Amino acid sequence: MGKVVLVTGVARQLGGRFVRRIQRDPQVDRVIAVDAVPPEHHLGGADFIQADIRQPTIARVLAESGADTVVHMDVTGTALASGSRTTVKETNVIGTMQLLGACQKSPLVKRLVVKSSTNVYGSAPRDPAVFTETTPPKSLPSGGFAKDTVEVEGYVRGFARRRPDVAVCVLRFANILGPTADTPLASYFSLPVLPTVLGYDPRLQFVHEDDVIEVLRIASHEPRRGTLNSGTFNIAGDGVLLLSQCARRLGRPTVPLLLPAVTWAGSLVRTLGMSDFSPEQIRLLTHGRVVSTDQMRETLGFQPKYTTAQTFADFAGSRGPGLLPPEALAGAVDRIAALPVLDGGHPPTQSAN
Amino acid sequence: MADAKVIPFDDDRSRGGAVQRPPRRRSAASRRRNGEGGPVGEVQPLPGRSLAQDDVPVTPEEEPAPQSPHDGGLERRIASGLAFLRRRLTGDYDVDDFGYDEELTDQVLMSLLRPVYEKYFRVDVKGVENIPAEGGALIVANHSGTLPLDGLMMQVAVHDHHPAGRHLRLLAADLVFMLPVVNELARKLGHTLACAEDADRLLGQGELVGVMPEGFKGIGKPFGERYKLQRFGRGGFVSTALRRRTPIIPCSIVGAEEIYPMIGNAKTLARVLGIPYFPLTPTFPWLGPLGAIPLPTKWTIQFGEPIHTDGYPPEAAEDPMLMFNLTDQVREQIQHTLYKLLVQRRSVFF
Repeated sequence: MGKVVLVTGVARQLGGRFVRRIQRDPQVDRVIAVDAVPPEHHLGGADFIQADIRQPTIARVLAESGADTVVHMDVTGTALASGSRTTVKETNVIGTMQLLGACQKSPLVKRLVVKSSTNVYGSAPRDPAVFTETTPPKSLPSGGFAKDTVEVEGYVRGFARRRPDVAVCVLRFANILGPTADTPLASYFSLPVLPTVLGYDPRLQFVHEDDVIEVLRIASHEPRRGTLNSGTFNIAGDGVLLLSQCARRLGRPTVPLLLPAVTWAGSLVRTLGMSDFSPEQIRLLTHGRVVSTDQMRETLGFQPKYTTAQTFADFAGSRGPGLLPPEALAGAVDRIAALPVLDGGHPPTQSAN
Repeated sequence: MADAKVIPFDDDRSRGGAVQRPPRRRSAASRRRNGEGGPVGEVQPLPGRSLAQDDVPVTPEEEPAPQSPHDGGLERRIASGLAFLRRRLTGDYDVDDFGYDEELTDQVLMSLLRPVYEKYFRVDVKGVENIPAEGGALIVANHSGTLPLDGLMMQVAVHDHHPAGRHLRLLAADLVFMLPVVNELARKLGHTLACAEDADRLLGQGELVGVMPEGFKGIGKPFGERYKLQRFGRGGFVSTALRRRTPIIPCSIVGAEEIYPMIGNAKTLARVLGIPYFPLTPTFPWLGPLGAIPLPTKWTIQFGEPIHTDGYPPEAAEDPMLMFNLTDQVREQIQHTLYKLLVQRRSVFF
C-alpha cells in the first residue's frame, strides 16, 4: 500500500515543482494538490482540489482523500497575483490552524512537513553570529511574514504535542533563490540599482530551489537508516555571501542610504503597494542572518547540492546582466594591467596576467 | 604625568631579558612578511605597500632594492595589486560564517593598522611563544584606553609576531555591532559578538579567540584607576574554554591606559547618545577632532604562560567554584604581569 501525499500551496512555482517531483517516487501512490486558486503550471498526474485552507472544507478534503502525509507549503511571504498582505497573513496563520485542526481529526495522518523560514530568528545586532535550531531570538519579529512563521511554528508545536504519533518536521529555509524563485529577496536583487543601508554589510545565506524540493522529499518519506526526519531543521547552502559581494557578482551598483531613509522609503513603497518590502526584510538587509546547518547534515542526513555562492551564481545567471557586469570590470582591470606604462620599460613578461 | 603606584618585585631578571628582545622581534616580523620558506633578507617594505605579497612567489633577486621604482618587485606588486582589485571588484572572494574577510584584513586593514602599531605606539611584544601554533586557544587581556585600540593592536601583534601568522578573532561588545560602519569593519576584521555561542563555535573551529572580560568597566574607567583590573564579567569565558578544553592565555597590555587619560565622564550626554560613557580628557572634546588623537605612548604586550584546561573533567564547565577560581587565577596573573611591566617601564612615552 503506497502513500497518499497532500500538498498545500501548489499554485506557486515551488509547490508545483514539488508535486511533480514527488509523484515520481515509487512509494507514492497518489498526490493531492490543494490551493485556493488553480495553478497556471501543470501538476503532472496529481489530483488538484480547489480548496481554501482557511475554510473548514480542508478537513473534508483531508478525510476523503485519506492522506497519510501532509506537506504544508502554503506559508509564504508574498501574495499570489492580486492578494493583499491581509490575505497572505490569513492564509499563513488561519490556514495553518485549519489544516492542523484537520490533521488532528484524521487518524490516517502519520507525517506532517511544514515549510518555515529562518525569519523566525529575526535579525538583530545582539544576536550570535550563527543561529542554531535552539537559539532563542533576541528580538521577536514584530510583524510581517516573520511574525507569521513564528506563529505558524507555535501552532505546529502545539499539534506535535497533541498528536505525538505524527512525525512532524519543520524545515526552516534560508532565503530561497533560483531561476524561478519569486521571493521578496529575488525581486530585490532584480532592481537595476540596489539600495543598501549605509555602514552595514549583511551576511546572507541562500538555498537553491532544487535543494528545497530534495529536502522536502526527504522529510516526506520514511527516514533513511541512521537519520531522523522529525524535528526542526535549518536548511541553507554552505558558506556566506555579503550583500556587497552579491551586488558585485550580479553587476548591479549599490546606493548606500542612511537607515532612517531606508525605513522611510520602505514604508512609502509599502503604502503605495508597489512591493512588499517589509521591515523585517530591511532588518535582514541591515544585520544579516546566518544559520548553522549541522543538524541538517548530521540528523536529517541531507547534503545540499548547491552552496550559497553556487545558488547565487545560478540565480545571477538567470537574470540579465546588470549595469556593471563583473566581466566588464575584470576586463577593464586586465586592460590596465596590460598598459605598457605599468611594465616600467621592461618588455612585457609574465607580470600582467 | 605621574605613573601608577606599583609594587616592584623580581625586576632585575626581566629587565635584563627585555633588552635583547627588540632585534628578535624585528627579524621575526620581516620573516613573516616575506612568506614562509623564502630566504630571509633584510627587506623593509613600506607598511602601506605590502599589498598582496602572499600571492606572488618571493624570489631572492627582488629583495635587495624594493625602493628602486624600475625593478621586478614593483612590477610584481602592481600586478598582484591589480589581481587583488580584480577579485574585489567582481566579488570573487570568500568570507566565513562570521563575515571575516581574510583577504581584506591581510592586505588592506592590517596594512592600515601596522603603521599605528609600529610607528605610533611602537609596540613591544613578549611571550608570543606562549600562543600555540595550531588549535583553539583563548587569549584573555586587560582592557583600557577609552577606545578599544588595545584589541586592534593585540590583533596585529599576534598576526605579525606569531611564527604561524595566526589570526586573532576578537570578541566585541554589542555596541560595536550596532554602530554603522564600525560593525561592518569589525565583522570583516574577524570580530564577533562576545557571547558564549560565538566563542564556543570559534574555539571549536580551532581559532585563536581574544576576549577582554572587563568590557566597558575596563575601557571606560577613570585615569586614576589605571592598571587596576576591574571585575571579570561573570567568568563565562572560563566555562567556554573548559567546555572546549582549550588553553587560556593571559595577556597584559601596558601603554593603552594613557592614550586618552579620561579625567571625567559626561554621564548625561552618554545617556542621551546611548553609549556607556562619554569621555572627557585634557584634550577631548575641548580641541574638537584634534583632541581625539591618542597620545603616542609606548606599549608593551606580554602573553603569559598558558593555563591548561584539558586536565579537568568534562563536567568541570558546570562547576561554578572551579570557574570562579580559574577566573581569579587568570585575573591575578594578568594583574601581576601588569605590575611587573610597569616597574620595567622607563617612561610612558619611550
